[in-house]
Amino acid sequence: MNRRFFLLTGFVIAVLLIFTARLFYLQIIDESLKLSAENNVIRRIKDYAPRGHIYDRNQKLIVGNQSAYDLMVVPSQVRDLDTAMFCEIFQIEKNDLKRKLIRATHYSRLKPSVVIKQMMRSEYINVQENIIFFPGFYFQRRLLREYLYDGAPNIAGFIGEVSETFIRNNPEYSKGDFYGVAGIEKSYESQLRGTDGVRRVVVDVHNREKGRFQEGIYDTLPEPGNHLTTTIDIQLQRYAEDLMINKRGGIVAIEPSSGELLIVASSPTYDPGLLVGRHRNQNYYRLFADSLQKPLFDRALLAEYPPGSPFKIVNALIGLQEGAISENSHYTCGGGFRYGRLFVRCGCGTHSPIPLLKGIYKSCNNYFCETYKRIVDAYPTAPEGLQRWNEYVRSFGMGGFFNNDLPTGRRGHVPDSTYYNNIYSDHQWKSVSTISNGIGQGELLITPLQLANIAATVANRGFYYTPHVVSRIGDEPISDPHFTEPKLSLVDSVHFETVIEGMAQVFKQGTARFAQVDGIEMCGKTGTAENPHGQDHSIFMAFAPRDNPKIAIAVFVENGYWGSRWAAPIASLIMEKYLTGEISRPHVEARMLEGSLEGEYSNQALRLAERLARLEAEKKEKEEQSNSVNSNE
Amino acid sequence: MNNRGEFHLDWGIVLMYVALLFIGWLNIYSATFSEAYTGYFDMNQNHGRQLIFIMGAIVLIVITLALDIRLFNLLPWPVYAVSILSLVAVLLFGQKISGARSWFTIGSIGIQPGEFAKVAAALAAAKYMGSNDFQWKNIRQRFTAIGIIALPALVILPQPDLGSAIVFSSFVFVFHREGLSPLWIFLGVAMGVLFVFSLIFDSLVLSAVLALPFLLLIYAQRKGKWFRWLGIMALVLGFVQSVDFTFHNLLEDRHRNRINIMLGLEDDPQGVGYNTHQAQIAIGSGGFTGRGFLQGTQTKFNFVPEQHTDFIFCTVGEEWGFIGSVAVLVLFAAFIIRLLMMAERQKITMYRIYGYAVASILFFHFTINIAMAIGLFPVVGIPLPFVSYGGSSLWAFTILLFFFVKMDAHRKDVW
Repeated sequence: MNRRFFLLTGFVIAVLLIFTARLFYLQIIDESLKLSAENNVIRRIKDYAPRGHIYDRNQKLIVGNQSAYDLMVVPSQVRDLDTAMFCEIFQIEKNDLKRKLIRATHYSRLKPSVVIKQMMRSEYINVQENIIFFPGFYFQRRLLREYLYDGAPNIAGFIGEVSETFIRNNPEYSKGDFYGVAGIEKSYESQLRGTDGVRRVVVDVHNREKGRFQEGIYDTLPEPGNHLTTTIDIQLQRYAEDLMINKRGGIVAIEPSSGELLIVASSPTYDPGLLVGRHRNQNYYRLFADSLQKPLFDRALLAEYPPGSPFKIVNALIGLQEGAISENSHYTCGGGFRYGRLFVRCGCGTHSPIPLLKGIYKSCNNYFCETYKRIVDAYPTAPEGLQRWNEYVRSFGMGGFFNNDLPTGRRGHVPDSTYYNNIYSDHQWKSVSTISNGIGQGELLITPLQLANIAATVANRGFYYTPHVVSRIGDEPISDPHFTEPKLSLVDSVHFETVIEGMAQVFKQGTARFAQVDGIEMCGKTGTAENPHGQDHSIFMAFAPRDNPKIAIAVFVENGYWGSRWAAPIASLIMEKYLTGEISRPHVEARMLEGSLEGEYSNQALRLAERLARLEAEKKEKEEQSNSVNSNE
Repeated sequence: MNNRGEFHLDWGIVLMYVALLFIGWLNIYSATFSEAYTGYFDMNQNHGRQLIFIMGAIVLIVITLALDIRLFNLLPWPVYAVSILSLVAVLLFGQKISGARSWFTIGSIGIQPGEFAKVAAALAAAKYMGSNDFQWKNIRQRFTAIGIIALPALVILPQPDLGSAIVFSSFVFVFHREGLSPLWIFLGVAMGVLFVFSLIFDSLVLSAVLALPFLLLIYAQRKGKWFRWLGIMALVLGFVQSVDFTFHNLLEDRHRNRINIMLGLEDDPQGVGYNTHQAQIAIGSGGFTGRGFLQGTQTKFNFVPEQHTDFIFCTVGEEWGFIGSVAVLVLFAAFIIRLLMMAERQKITMYRIYGYAVASILFFHFTINIAMAIGLFPVVGIPLPFVSYGGSSLWAFTILLFFFVKMDAHRKDVW
């Protein structure tokens, strides 16, 4: 063999060795290339799990799911688009359509983009057959919430699409997911959400689907969320909301024997269906921007009002437990409570010494100022007495959160000795300095939920169950001891009968006698709470029937003048409806349904505007707060 | 057969040729496979058309083997002339496909004269250098030989088709066999290495490092030949310094980018480096044993561009893995070495030279194509012989090869 043969042969063998080494590196050593290959072709596509349904206590569906349809476009497949016809059929502005098509083309010519978001079924059925005239367009189904009652928006809450920030804090969510923003949707998010399924599909370089990855053996099916059974009676809830039309305030009703919330109504309310579909954002903004009515503000859970006279029931119970008074303690009201220069006016109209029973049903301010003074003064110092009183009040669920299954709530306010020590810098304060606590005014604040809980505690003769809104998750009844174990108040049950008799007399000969219903023995207490915003609030707390109570209720009607004018009739109607299923006094019902406080609210808004203008003018002038307390019923 | 004497077909090379065709067709089928078209003979699919090309190749083989062997003495110059004319014609009247004017289209059939020019150049060079009075030492004859090769390369270059033009430099191995000093080949290799080094390293540092051994040599030769070393050193350093200028001023942008990507000086997986990057992902994803026939995803879903033509080796790498790829490489190497051995046994100089030309051309194609696919060489569009999709290239390589097989079959003839 010629020796020159070996040069090229040598080159061939050298090249073979170099290539083999390189292939060894690429195919066996470098793992990153295999990963890149997988990322190239496998796309994980989410199969959204349907959210769980929400039922009321009678298994009526409140919140379900409905299909909505996104109109999608794949720009590369669009041919001969008749824009005029398109715009007419799909009700879209020509410029709007053009802008969306341009944006879709910029995003990708081959991948679908949304043209019209979330068309509801009613819109969809009218246009779906026309889709064949528009090649490149198609409908994509999505699941949205459907509300079967136009009520209780604050309870069910609503869902929204996750934001960038939300995803950063909750990595188990990804773009396009929905999550509960408010209400039960929020507090039971993990139960309602279900588990999304994953489909792995193989795509080509243009991201077009080419089939399932490995025949789908790694795919998972979506698992629907758990259905929730709530404690709400949706028809009663709707009735309560109807009664509150043109009135602002909140109503909460509880089944005392279980702590289950029957009603959590806030007024003004709105149709939860407004927050679904393609007009969601506009609607939400309209509700959000209504700074006068504040429909998104849940007054039943968040509004803090002075409790007013219903709080006298709590003071009576504390007085009895502490031995500060007995049912035979008599006090004489001389048109009010007088101590030195301090005077609390009373309009009970009695002049002779009255016992506790009459003090309750006449709602005598003097009687409960005396009671409160004796409670606090039984201790060596006023701070100690007040602290003891504070503990009693808190044991009724006031002044703190319930930590229940509603995502929002407020503490309200029950002042303690530290609070007054801060106000009176010399610490030289006495029981009479805080005398408004005796009649539920002054620094005390309460939410409708807390007042309803007091009604339930009295109905139970001394204990309550943490008010909650969900009774069953899927098929399982809730077992959290926080909801199933009773919470005892610090007042023994023996002291309740006297007070309950007083509350029954309120309906028979007291302030709520015009709200009486034949055949049902109701117990209640009216309230008229002074407030800095304007006309007094109308408040009522009640339960019925007297023995083995089925419903405890609190009604707040903002600026409703006095308790028996709005709150008491509304409460009695709701209790009657719940207990008997019918209304025996249609004229009262009609008056409540048609009655409006809108004039009052506009005046108040006008006064507020004037006051703001005045404040603007007298910027430097110090705001003066009147300490005089005068409120009763 | 109208040939005188015996006919000894070399079945070894024919079998390897058939094996390469088969491997090529399988991979074209897989690369363009889609669930929608599963037929093997669908003429709308690339693999279906390749089947026609293969049948055409068989017809060409039969014709070639049936030719009178004496024709090889008459053919070279007319073929060479026609080839050069067609190359000039394609520059003037050719169809522009993806930026290069290298195709004639007659109806739906496209012909690439550049592919056939290699056969013509090989024949012509063999004819000229195989004559009894040819002497490599004769300067005029030497430069005529080089000119025969350089002419088609220079006509192809402006198409532009750098890849095909480069292939003509493979004749350096033919010249070497016939007398060219191996120093020139080593010089070429050295220049290539220096070129790459000057791009990767700072030219001043490189110059200093390179100058050191020369300075030591000059110092060691106290008298006599020191000026020779000084001259070589000056040339080397001058080359290093001029690379920068050549690279940035004489090369086109696309060449510059491809070289930068290959050397890892630029990283642009979505842009210019996309081809190289995706090709390596495809090959790398094959692993040791590969994904299996038709199971490749990178090549099938068009992530690798030109996956059935210039990047066909990616399909081999992805679906057949390390084992399959190396097997194909070994087959190719064996094929080329077999050709060289066949060339060496020719008694007629012209046949030997032609055999060397065939082996050299295939070696260059093989080396550049695979090196490009595995990221060792900038992207240059040349096919993998017998394996890549394409009629012109398959037929040109078949003719190139079987002319030699025909010559070899008559090696025992007595003239």
